Amino acid sequence: MSKLLTVLAIAGALLGAGAMVYGDAAAKGDDNHGKRGRDFMPVMNADYQNECGTCHMAYPPGLLPARSWERIMGGLEDHFGDNAQLDPVTHEAITRYLVGHAAEHDGSRRAAKFLRSIPATGTPLRVTETRYFVKKHDEIPEHMVAGNPEVKSFANCAACHRSAERGIFDDDDVRIPGFEDARF
Amino acid sequence: MKRVLLITAVFLGGPVAVASTVVDELMNEFRAGSAVEFSAERGRELWNATTDHNGEARSCTSCHTSDLRKPGKHASTGKPIDALAPSVNPTRLTQRSEIEKWFGRNCKWTYGRVCTAEEKGHFLAYIRNQ
Repeated sequence: MSKLLTVLAIAGALLGAGAMVYGDAAAKGDDNHGKRGRDFMPVMNADYQNECGTCHMAYPPGLLPARSWERIMGGLEDHFGDNAQLDPVTHEAITRYLVGHAAEHDGSRRAAKFLRSIPATGTPLRVTETRYFVKKHDEIPEHMVAGNPEVKSFANCAACHRSAERGIFDDDDVRIPGFEDARF
Repeated sequence: MKRVLLITAVFLGGPVAVASTVVDELMNEFRAGSAVEFSAERGRELWNATTDHNGEARSCTSCHTSDLRKPGKHASTGKPIDALAPSVNPTRLTQRSEIEKWFGRNCKWTYGRVCTAEEKGHFLAYIRNQ
C-alpha cells in the first residue's frame, strides 16, 4: 500500500512539474508584449479603462513619454475640446498609471520607436503628431479615415487595428472598414 | 420559507430600488426646498435643444441621439456609447457619482457651462422614464 502511495506521489510530482514547464513555455511563446517584445503592454487598469475608455480607446500608455501624459492629465478641463475632469483620487491614480507605464517604461520595441521619434524637447499631446506615427500612416489617404464614417479620425485606432485593445498594432492586422481589400 | 422569499425579493428588487432611490434623492436635492416641479416634457425639450459653438450646433443628441433607447456615438471620436435609457440599460442612473460626473462633463461640452439644478432635475425626469 505504501509503495502504491509512493508511486502515485511521484507520478503526481512529475505531472505537476510537466504542467509547470508547459505553462511557462506557453506563456513565453504567446507573450510578445513589453520587455523586448514587439507589442505594447496591454492596458490593465480599471480606472483608466472606465474613465477614459468610455469616450475613446484606452490608448496604451507606451505610445507617449511620461511628460506627455503629465501634461495631458494636467489639462482635462479642455481635453481636445471635451471636458474630461475627474475627481482628485481617480485623477491621481490614472496619472500614476499612465506615467509609470509610459514609453520610457513600457519596454516594447514599438514604444522605443515612438520614443526615438520624439525630440527630447518635445511634449506631444497627440500620438498622431509623433514622427513615427506620421511615417507609419503616410500612405493612408484622407478618404479612408477622416472621410470614412466608420473611422472618422486617426484617434480611432481600433476601427482599423483590430487587436489595438490588446496592444498589438501589426500591419498584418489592419483592415480599414469599407476598404477591406487594401493591404499594408 | 418566508426568509427565502424575502431574500429573493431583495435580490430581484435590489438594483431597481437603488436606481430609483438615487434619482429621487438627487431630484430632491435639485429641488432644494423650492416649489419647482420637474417635468419629463421639459427635459425632452432641453435634450433636443441646440447651442451654437462657433457655427457648430451641439445638443445632447450630438452623441446620444434623440432616441435614448438606442446606442449613441461620441461626436468626435466615433466610439459607441451604450444606450442611456434605463429600460434597455438597467445600469444607467444607478450611481450618484456617475450621474454627477456626466452632468459635469457633458453640460460643459454642450452648453459651455454647468447645468442649473433645475435643468438637471428636468433631465432626470425625462431620462428615468425612457
